[in-house]
Amino acid sequence: MNYNELVAIKERALKAMGPRAADHTLKEIKERTVLVCGGTGCTSGKSRVILEEFREEVAKAGLSDRVKVIMTGCFGLCALGPVVIVYPEGAFYSQVHPEYVHEIVESHLVNNTVLTKYLYKETVKEEGVIKALNETDFYRKQHRLALRNCGVIDPENVEEYIARDGYLALYKVLTSMSQDDVVKVMLDSGLRGRGGAGFPTGRKWMFAKASQADKKFVLCNADEGDPGAFMDRSVLEGDPHAVLEAMAIAAYTIGSDQGYIYVRAEYPIAVQRLRIAIKQANEYGLLGNNIFGTGFNFNVEVRLGAGAFVCGEETALMVSIEGNRGEPRPRPPFPAVKGLFAKPTILNNVETYANVAQIILNGAEWFASMGTEKSKGTKVFALGGKITNTGLVEVPMGTTLREIIEEIGGGIPNSKKFKAAQTGGPSGGCIPAEKMDVAIDYDNLIAIGSMMGSGGLIVMDEDNCMVDIAKFFLEFTVDESCGKCTPCRIGTKRLYELLTKVTNGTAELEDLDKMEELCKYIKENSLCGLGQTAPNPVLSTLRYFRDEYVAHVVEKRCPAGVCKNLVSYSIQPDKCKGCTACARKCPVGAISGTVKNPHVIDKAKCIKCGACMATCKFGAIVKG
Amino acid sequence: MAQNAKVPFNGTKAQADELEKVLKGLKNVEGALMPALQQAQDIYGYLPIEVQEVIADRLGVSLAEVFGVATFYSQFTLTPKGKYKIGVCLGTACYVKGSGEIYAELQKQLGIESGITDDLVYSLDATRCIGCCGLAPVMTVNDDVYGKLTKDQIAGILAKYKA
Amino acid sequence: MVNIKINNIPVSVEEGTTILQAAKKIGIRIPTLCYMKDINAIGACRICVVEVKGARSLVAACVYPVNEGMEVFTDTPKVRASRKTTLELILSDHNKSCLSCDRNTHCELQDLSYEYGCDINRFSGEHHECEKDVSTPYLVRDNSKCVLCRRCVAVCRKIQEVGVIGPVKRGFKTHIGCAFENDLNDSPCVACGQCINVCPTGALHEREEIDEVRAAIADPEKIVIAGPAPSVRAGLGEEFGYPMGTNVEGKMITALRMLGFDKVFDVNFSADLTIMEEANELVERIQKGGKLPMFTSCSPGWVRYLEYYYPELIPNVSTCKSPQQMFGAIVKTYYAEKLGVDPSKLYVVSIMPCTAKKFEKGRPDQSASGYPDIDAVLTTRELAKMIKQNGILFNELVDGEVDSPLGIYTGAGVIFGATGGVMEAALRTAAETITGKPLENVEFKKVRGTKGIKEATYDIGGKTVKVAVASGIANAKKICEKVSKGKCDYTFIEIMCCPGGCVNGGGQPIMSSVVRENTDYKALRASVLYKADKKCGLRKSHDNPVIKEIYDNYLGKPGSHKAHEILHTSYVKRERYKK
Repeated sequence: MNYNELVAIKERALKAMGPRAADHTLKEIKERTVLVCGGTGCTSGKSRVILEEFREEVAKAGLSDRVKVIMTGCFGLCALGPVVIVYPEGAFYSQVHPEYVHEIVESHLVNNTVLTKYLYKETVKEEGVIKALNETDFYRKQHRLALRNCGVIDPENVEEYIARDGYLALYKVLTSMSQDDVVKVMLDSGLRGRGGAGFPTGRKWMFAKASQADKKFVLCNADEGDPGAFMDRSVLEGDPHAVLEAMAIAAYTIGSDQGYIYVRAEYPIAVQRLRIAIKQANEYGLLGNNIFGTGFNFNVEVRLGAGAFVCGEETALMVSIEGNRGEPRPRPPFPAVKGLFAKPTILNNVETYANVAQIILNGAEWFASMGTEKSKGTKVFALGGKITNTGLVEVPMGTTLREIIEEIGGGIPNSKKFKAAQTGGPSGGCIPAEKMDVAIDYDNLIAIGSMMGSGGLIVMDEDNCMVDIAKFFLEFTVDESCGKCTPCRIGTKRLYELLTKVTNGTAELEDLDKMEELCKYIKENSLCGLGQTAPNPVLSTLRYFRDEYVAHVVEKRCPAGVCKNLVSYSIQPDKCKGCTACARKCPVGAISGTVKNPHVIDKAKCIKCGACMATCKFGAIVKG
Repeated sequence: MAQNAKVPFNGTKAQADELEKVLKGLKNVEGALMPALQQAQDIYGYLPIEVQEVIADRLGVSLAEVFGVATFYSQFTLTPKGKYKIGVCLGTACYVKGSGEIYAELQKQLGIESGITDDLVYSLDATRCIGCCGLAPVMTVNDDVYGKLTKDQIAGILAKYKA
Repeated sequence: MVNIKINNIPVSVEEGTTILQAAKKIGIRIPTLCYMKDINAIGACRICVVEVKGARSLVAACVYPVNEGMEVFTDTPKVRASRKTTLELILSDHNKSCLSCDRNTHCELQDLSYEYGCDINRFSGEHHECEKDVSTPYLVRDNSKCVLCRRCVAVCRKIQEVGVIGPVKRGFKTHIGCAFENDLNDSPCVACGQCINVCPTGALHEREEIDEVRAAIADPEKIVIAGPAPSVRAGLGEEFGYPMGTNVEGKMITALRMLGFDKVFDVNFSADLTIMEEANELVERIQKGGKLPMFTSCSPGWVRYLEYYYPELIPNVSTCKSPQQMFGAIVKTYYAEKLGVDPSKLYVVSIMPCTAKKFEKGRPDQSASGYPDIDAVLTTRELAKMIKQNGILFNELVDGEVDSPLGIYTGAGVIFGATGGVMEAALRTAAETITGKPLENVEFKKVRGTKGIKEATYDIGGKTVKVAVASGIANAKKICEKVSKGKCDYTFIEIMCCPGGCVNGGGQPIMSSVVRENTDYKALRASVLYKADKKCGLRKSHDNPVIKEIYDNYLGKPGSHKAHEILHTSYVKRERYKK
């Protein structure tokens, strides 16, 4: 592969891609393409079947030579999956069933009539005019950098990546930049690690470059373990070459010839697409030996995780690749000095890598112009929980929580009240309503007791009990603790037991102080990042929702009505019509009463399943 | 104290040959234990002592070490899974949308806390986030995904998967 | 050199030094629990945390390297409070039956809890699941007292390279166990007991035989005979406050009598006997073209290792029983005959620095008289415990003398307890046997010392004999690999299971990590034996008058049919995996 060949492929592929190659909202290009989302959310919703249906129906309709049907990576709006977009109109079909396909093909592709009834409502103006996707609330405020190719290219076709400037950055680096040049660009860009603590990427590379060794490694952390975060998966599934190219650039910079990508085994599609991408990149001479004829060699191997959250911690990940229990090692020595197989190593996460080629091509200044003073560029968040538009959103650093939740996320469904947003997964904290206008970046999140983590953003409403949420995260940590160091192994367990006392209504006020003390101790004394951040969910809820804790402890009451031991159901006699529906639904026969007379719940028998309340049409049953 | 030998080991010659092939291929691979266990589990569906012994022997590590790794990672299983592997996502997005209740309902209907039913038809596990947060709460049966679940759908779903 | 300050005291140390080592240099002991010099440095327990100016959190001194200008504080209120909480958390998951625990008053967790004034009940909650493993005849694993320091795992994996125990599961459920939670007895454990020696608490200890021994002593029908091994006298004193490296042979003999043993002999004697048979076997193999190189067979942990891991080398092992087994065998045959009593009346107790000996006594083909050669094995620690339990004021005792005849020994028998000792003793006898001339210098210094593997070449009667000495299984494994691949030209190889030989056996007094940190314990204990050897008038086994008498009047000559029946044994291939 040389420069001319690369450019030739790019031009060829650009033509083949048609409207998608440029900004995919452009309408002037007439060629018709059907994009089926191949992200995991949509795939679970049978998008593969939909893809096949489309191909079959298009063939039946004799349109095979004029209509392309392609599976892409994630579009981001997972709540509406499975998603299909048809160009040039940019018609966004949401929640598509395989059965709809025939109808869509016939109406839209054969008769040129967009089938508005299946379109995402937000994209349809009055009189059926289609609004560009970028004008919808969900996409308008977004700035897709890491996700720029997701939902645009066919991730299983390296040429489509090349069409979007793929591997040009690698070419540039190998042929016109010194190792120090690359380090400088990375430092100047201000890019910080997207996987957790936000360590400056350029510095990591600088240290590893400075280490002398016969062998060095470049690793990609794709062990995305935060429950509720799936941006890395989307990048791997939608744009795997962006990661490979960035790893090759990193390898050149530090003087490495071997890379490993450590992927969660729970991500089969990502693994498969990565393997295809590696194979294609090798075939095209973009990985392997003597890349671009420069004498630079770089090979990448995929290694699978096996279900251990702690392996997202850098030393644990390396220990795991070495074939051991994923127990973190003390640092120093830092991986840049002594990492995988005791050789200098750098480890970056998927989203971090997804920014690298862009920075090389567009310059450090371009990247640094986005974001806040100390947090540059954009960040992808996985919006989930009690929010209308669940999905992936990418926004410039410094966007407020309110913008993300209310404007992009479409607010809380069922006209419930926002209570808190949780960021940073089990290492993060809960952000209350009064902090919704804080500009989100690494440092601000830490200041308010949470952290960026990998970018999970779970929204909670008035029905969520904050003690229960803290307990949920603690249970996760207790389960995922490697068990090596005392503070994490026993400390988090005792903390969890104290939380259980609170939710059971057996705790005393002193227990809250004891919890706080234990939290601080665990943070200070744990061996690795997992333990050092494990108390955050407890500390942040104690800080912002202490009243809820106190209600559990003093009043023996769960304000949100979640903690079963503290909840009781009763029937308000004035509202009860005596319809007997609840009594028939009760699984344990705890409700008695005669027809047309108010019923009564026997609290001794009641198992607090809530079935009666869900059944009652008259709102006569209350929880309290 | 000994292993839970609910199901006697009945590996076939073909499986044993495949495992040997896999281990041969991993002979000079650095950090081969994890890939070895993963591929062995693909072949046998689980990692009984008979399989771990072969891995320990061919890779030259002690059986206790192999076992230590196998019990560290939650995806490795020492007991066979059911014909239908049911997983309930207990990731955050699913949890806040009530997947805990879905799990409890499945426990009730299958009559097990977790693990495998006596007739070996179903096995039940709580899983980590599977990345379908848009569909929360989610359960999986083998490769099928069921999203936006409510408790009363469970019986209907189970009915589709009979011995 | 790196310049740092610890508690405002400047100190200059070499690059790569840990905070722990640097602090020691200026007279500060930072407490540790999981750390143990040369064995375990993993920063897991968090007892050794210290404050480093500018660091985000506390750091573990045992693994944290110093860097220029570093300012360390080892004793701030925050540090003390953290250590205290760590201990209290450990105690919240600990079986606190300390009052009668085997390790009461010499438990590292107990010492630290005292030092930090812990409230043992501040935290409470679930304990990790565990069952006591009493499956083996030599060792008890009680995970309810385990603090997961992983020293046992490290010694089993790194020093002995058998790795039969390891961490199982993760998080709060983590525990140390065998593969598939099997009993230790079903795993290819070599029984060395090194895990006991490094355990900071009472989670690991030998399977005690004190009650059985007391019952025999109380039985008027039994003639109870004691035979202490060479290394016992080199270690026993430590249990009574003597400095390491003190020979307490005389007091030990007196104490054994006071405990009620009818006869106090010495395994040093049967070590001489072993040399007679083993040297003869070696000479025969050399002269008659037998299987070479020949391995020694005195260390039952080593023999067990070979049977599990290198069964193809069984023909290379000397068929001689170990000194312990020869002792029992000769007591119950020759001595029984001499006394004119039925061997069933004799109860032979060996006192050993070893746990594997408890296993060895139950091996097949170890009953020369028709009754087991050895009836009970006490470790050095058990003997100390009995002495204390009986109210014997050990330090006040006058030196006693062993009984005749089976207490008479030469210097060659004494040095068996140090790595290289068997080799040296055998060379003394073999050389004279081959050349027929008295040795000018009986000291073979190249095979002495605590190095893991030693090699030497000697010219004996015009013949070049290359020998190797290894201690610790990791070293033994290296030798086995060479022999198994035919890549060496050794004639004779001595192997001891425990690093440093029997003086550092799994039944010896336990040294805390602090003692291990600050003393060359292997060399100190071994020095007792070499000094004793030097003091002996007779230093070659074949000069032992009792040995001569036994051959002349009972066994015939070394390697005779009768000697074979009584003093030799056989080995079996063992399956590493339980079928």
